[in-house]
Amino acid sequence: MSNYSTSHSSNSDDHPQSFWTKYVWSQDHKVIAIQYSLTAIFMGLIALVLSWLMRLQLGFPGQFEFIDVNTYYQAMTLHGMIMVVYLLTALFLGGFGNYLIPLMVGARDMVFPFLNMLSYWFYLLASLILIASFFVTGGPTGAGWTLYPPQAIMPGTPGTDWGIVLMLVSLAVFIVAATMGGLNYVTTVLQARTEGMTLLRMPLTVWGIFTASIMALLAFPALLVSAIMMLFDKLLGSSFFMPAVISMGQQTDYGGGSPILFQHLFWFFGHPEVYIVALPAFGIVSDLISIHARKNIFGYKMMVWAILGIAALSFIVWAHHMYVSGMNPYFGFFFATTTLVIAVPTAIKVYNWLFTLWRGDIHLNLPMLFALAFMSSFVIGGLTGLFLGNVVVDIPLSDTYFVIAHFHMVMGVSPILVIFGGIYHWYPKVTGKMLNEPLGHLHFWITFLGTYAIYFPMHYLGILGMPRRYYAYDDYSFIPESAQSLNAFITIAALIVGAAQLVFIFNLFWSYLKGKQATGNPWQATSLEWQTPDTPPKHGNWGSAVPVVYRWAYDFSVPGCDEDYIPQNSPPNNQPPNNQPSDMQPPNANEAADPSSANDLRSDSDEA
Amino acid sequence: MAIAIALIFIVIASIAFHYYSPWWLTPAASNWGEIDDAFTLTLIITGAFFVVINLLIAWIVIRYRHKPGRKSTYQPDNKKLEAWLIGLTAIGIVALLAPGLVVYGKFVNVPDEAQLIEVVGEQWKWSFRFPGKDNQLGQSGIQFVTPTNPLGLDPDDPASADDRIVLSPELHLPLFTSFKVLLRSKDVLHDFNVPQFRAKMDLVPGTITYFWFTPTQRGTFDILCAELCGIGHFNMRGRVVVEDDATFGVWLASQPTFADSQQPQATSSITNLVELGKTLSEVNGCIACHSLDGKPGVGPTWLGLYGKTERMSDDAEVVVDDAYLRTAILNAGAEVVKGYPAIMPVYQFSDQEVEALIAYIKAVSAP
Repeated sequence: MSNYSTSHSSNSDDHPQSFWTKYVWSQDHKVIAIQYSLTAIFMGLIALVLSWLMRLQLGFPGQFEFIDVNTYYQAMTLHGMIMVVYLLTALFLGGFGNYLIPLMVGARDMVFPFLNMLSYWFYLLASLILIASFFVTGGPTGAGWTLYPPQAIMPGTPGTDWGIVLMLVSLAVFIVAATMGGLNYVTTVLQARTEGMTLLRMPLTVWGIFTASIMALLAFPALLVSAIMMLFDKLLGSSFFMPAVISMGQQTDYGGGSPILFQHLFWFFGHPEVYIVALPAFGIVSDLISIHARKNIFGYKMMVWAILGIAALSFIVWAHHMYVSGMNPYFGFFFATTTLVIAVPTAIKVYNWLFTLWRGDIHLNLPMLFALAFMSSFVIGGLTGLFLGNVVVDIPLSDTYFVIAHFHMVMGVSPILVIFGGIYHWYPKVTGKMLNEPLGHLHFWITFLGTYAIYFPMHYLGILGMPRRYYAYDDYSFIPESAQSLNAFITIAALIVGAAQLVFIFNLFWSYLKGKQATGNPWQATSLEWQTPDTPPKHGNWGSAVPVVYRWAYDFSVPGCDEDYIPQNSPPNNQPPNNQPSDMQPPNANEAADPSSANDLRSDSDEA
Repeated sequence: MAIAIALIFIVIASIAFHYYSPWWLTPAASNWGEIDDAFTLTLIITGAFFVVINLLIAWIVIRYRHKPGRKSTYQPDNKKLEAWLIGLTAIGIVALLAPGLVVYGKFVNVPDEAQLIEVVGEQWKWSFRFPGKDNQLGQSGIQFVTPTNPLGLDPDDPASADDRIVLSPELHLPLFTSFKVLLRSKDVLHDFNVPQFRAKMDLVPGTITYFWFTPTQRGTFDILCAELCGIGHFNMRGRVVVEDDATFGVWLASQPTFADSQQPQATSSITNLVELGKTLSEVNGCIACHSLDGKPGVGPTWLGLYGKTERMSDDAEVVVDDAYLRTAILNAGAEVVKGYPAIMPVYQFSDQEVEALIAYIKAVSAP
């Protein structure tokens, strides 16, 4: 492992910087992380409002004249795309990843700070291009976030003039940003860990984001090529995805292309993408549970293997999104098998979170509450995935509200709960202030119970057979009146949950100005980011000397030690770390109560 | 503590919801009711996990929540426990997957005795085709599609001549006969979905997809499109009527063959213009976009249309009379009502057909 230091001097105070180089054109990973986070949250708020448009039409059909058919499908498309890509991916990788990776591995910054800065500006550009699609002729595309051809580029779908073009260009620019970012995160984790920080001593937050970054580098190219091919079909009249078709009564010039090819390419990206969102969430929640239960994560090595296993398997399950696509039906056997196999490492993670809590010392502060809520919502979201993965059970459920309920639980509720938990957890480090607790509790309870109220009943609409992506449901014999009442209930719940998010946004800004002052390590956590000399950390993170790591990230409640935590940079053999009382007795040679397994984890022969 | 109570409440509320919910599987009307068995098995196994894990979290929070003096146990891992859990989970997964794949094996194996029927989808209507006595469907292709040959059958293929063409969106099927449903699209992806039949499959332009099933219940069932196909997707509707063999036979015999449909239409036999107009509006998909009851849709509603003053996209105000309707039907792109997209297809109707449509629109304008 190299002791990497950036070209910036370690003492940030003698580095004159203007407002612009410090806060706008910054190459400091922490500033870039905040830029990413604020942009992502802003995009998320747009997508939230779009969801209200959809829900108003579904709950109270025809009552809002401005929500016409075009508007509905455009809102639906942009809501999905923004949430998955511009909010979740950008926030986990660009926001959390940028802020935490260098700090958690003991580096002064990312290994490519200039590239890091560029990646943010490309992300911002991609977001602006997407927003621009609201203002062009025909408006944004209404093809669904999956953008399936031929309808995505044919009249009959909103936004086929300019909206679809801007969407595809925006995605291409985003992928450039994601590639720059991904290279940074992967290389930093591999090359810039501080002395003593072996791979198997890294917190699971880093493992989750690191693995997700590798996946992003491998998966996004499939989306890039399909976006470019669709642009060619639209702008140049090529036929990558376009067979011979009649459009609005006229023959077209297309011919020979395959719509199913697009689906394979899209989902080859699309499935790993959902794990690119999920794995950082898994990593972060492992740390939240461990720290706030004052207990080491149970089965750390197995957790790492599970993350890697899920990542690898996620590349061979994609066609479970295509069971009724018309692809060769025999593929269904293979993909159903791989999809259900991926449930095993995922279940292991759930068990290990449970065992981490068991016999712990559970502090029910806000990060822990969100982590517990995550566990509950992820369990139901993951379990409904078993219905959809099992090919024959999927066939009646495909394209119904069961699918929508499933993916909102696993993508929209669970990772978002982790984002909130993570923000409540790291906010004191980032800003030096604590988030307001009563507001936080209000936010938590409405969000947790409200999202259950929205998505649990929705599964039943899908079981009934209610199709998705419908603007209205008029006189279907098999849909009872009560289903419309349920839709109205879900809409009200959604509006209330949406309003609660404004409480959170207010808290973010208000606490920054008026919040309670935070200490450097208010949660008494072990990982390196909490051991910085300054809070918020200054440029260069560590002051004059980078930390040296002596132990894994989970020495909580170690027997024989008075304190219930030992920071990672705390030396062994009675030498106290920075601020510890000198009579603290860490265990000899990092022995633990369970010698057979503990030694494996912390022996010096662990190679990076 | 509150979180533990909330989780217990969620478990109880979820179970109660499940039992009291009026929203459940629509009764199956095909042989694929056995998919429901695989579904139920999955529900039982996953339901058990849901209840147990949520209650476990609640209990752990209650039992191990922080109290002054509490210290957690140091336990990095337990390899034996992990191995057991992996093993049991794997068994659970196999218990789900194996029965599912057995049923799927039946799904992909079309029985030899299955009869052929073709479903043709287009933005935004359904059409159907039965093979004639030769039990063979004629070749088809996009290049053959004309206004008088909307399903694009090859007129030179002898097998086409006796195919029964059904252009109205109502399909009849005989009870207890297996069908291999061939699916063909003229434009974009669609999906032929009758929830009571359970089986469904996308229509993919450029290729022919299929699924098979056997109707097992009499009744009339809604056809829904289940793959986003543009703004008319939610209104791409049809019906399947399942009846006994004899009734079905009578219905099928009354459908025109392809050969019949290629003859010039005898005009004298048609006396009721409004009836003809109604048939035309269904057969050509007009009602997918134009509602008859005032509900907003892809195109302007026909309720109250005749005699109305419409505002066009260039803000000109025009009265809807015969001349206006003639232009709107035959040359829809020439002028578009403000607020509506210019996506009405190009139609070619005979003079009598246009008269019929205008008569029908007049009739539904003021019922």
